[in-house]
Amino acid sequence: MMYSNLVKKYYRINNLPHIWCPGCGHGILMNSIIRAIDNLKLDKDNICVVSGIGCSSRASGYMDFNTLHTTHGRALAFATGIKFANPNLKVIVVTGDGDCAAIGGNHLIHAARRNIDITTIAFNNNIYGMTGGQYSPTTPTGDFGTTAPYGNIDKSFDLCNLAKSAGATYVGRGTAYHASLLTKLIENGLNNNGFSFIEGVSVCPTYYGRKNKKGSSVKMMTYLKENCIDKKVVDKKPELGENKILIGELYNNSQPEYTEKYKEIIKMLSKES
Amino acid sequence: MCDNNSLIINTDWCKGCGICVEFCPKKVLSLSKGKVVAEKKEDCILCGQCELRCPDNAIFIGGKCDE
Ligand SMILES: Cc1ncc(C[n+]2csc(CCOP(=O)(O)OP(=O)(O)O)c2C)c(N)n1
Ligand code: SF4
Ligand code: SF4
Ligand code: SF4
Repeated sequence: MMYSNLVKKYYRINNLPHIWCPGCGHGILMNSIIRAIDNLKLDKDNICVVSGIGCSSRASGYMDFNTLHTTHGRALAFATGIKFANPNLKVIVVTGDGDCAAIGGNHLIHAARRNIDITTIAFNNNIYGMTGGQYSPTTPTGDFGTTAPYGNIDKSFDLCNLAKSAGATYVGRGTAYHASLLTKLIENGLNNNGFSFIEGVSVCPTYYGRKNKKGSSVKMMTYLKENCIDKKVVDKKPELGENKILIGELYNNSQPEYTEKYKEIIKMLSKES
Repeated sequence: MCDNNSLIINTDWCKGCGICVEFCPKKVLSLSKGKVVAEKKEDCILCGQCELRCPDNAIFIGGKCDE
């Protein structure tokens, strides 16, 4: 059959093609994760992919690793338990903007604060896709959703700033258009011994796109192509960053990792007894 | 051994979104009846841009033994 080597190696072909809409960015972001894992030559059996609920969170069902499809917003809570039970596992969380910043916002900030070695990839499509287009914590002010028929009056979260302020030690942003950059950022996140937060800006032509007259998936991808700028460039020429989406590595700072600190406590106490 | 040397389309998995068509630097691809076709396959430079952004893994560069 006509499948690429990456598909044959890393996907549950029986579950494909996936249920995502034509042109949904989530498929591109999922492939970026697969390429990062392949580039790092990680052992498949030593990886655990955990997701919550949402279109984005369906990714875990397609990826052929140890996987856990959990409840809405709670992927990071389950992932924390998995990492504690088996600290040698590479734990990856796939989540949506609703999943990680609305119902799961608390789990996100505390996982980041603890600097637990989990790599979180948030598929941000600025909307609740799965349930039909309700506004999410990343829906821009003034934009429309089924629950914001007159325009969203909330201010939106910058997920990367949120994760960084909460204590994540590696933070980056790629997009469905900038898929190679995203792969590189995920690789760096996986190599960081601590909490890594990678935002993948997605496109949801079906709900966010339609509600906000953004046009086809191709149009939304073109928007990303034309309106993003790498932080490295903006650091040199700040004026170029105006009204642009900042992409690339946004933060990188090594700090003690949570399960290792816990292990030290156990060691200390076992010496005493 | 397989030479990784040709553009392969899995029509069954193609959802006709047009992303690969738009971002192919050589304008090799087009849509026909809701599916991608390599209309100008001879112009393909095997750059992999289509594979990179196809959400459905329906187009890729692979060797003969992948077909
Ligand atoms: C406890 C609970 N509350 C609400 C829901 C309904 N629900 C399912 S997915 C979802 C939002 C998904 O949005 P997001 O995480 O942004 O993912 P997307 O579908 O956009 O990829 C909601 C509210 C649920 N499944 N469980
Ligand atoms: S509703 Fe939006 S996010 Fe969900 S599969 Fe469709 S395009 Fe993707
Ligand atoms: S490999 Fe490059 S040139 Fe060939 S069809 Fe794909 S995008 Fe076009
Ligand atoms: S990007 Fe993939 S799904 Fe979309 S038209 Fe091209 S081959 Fe088909």
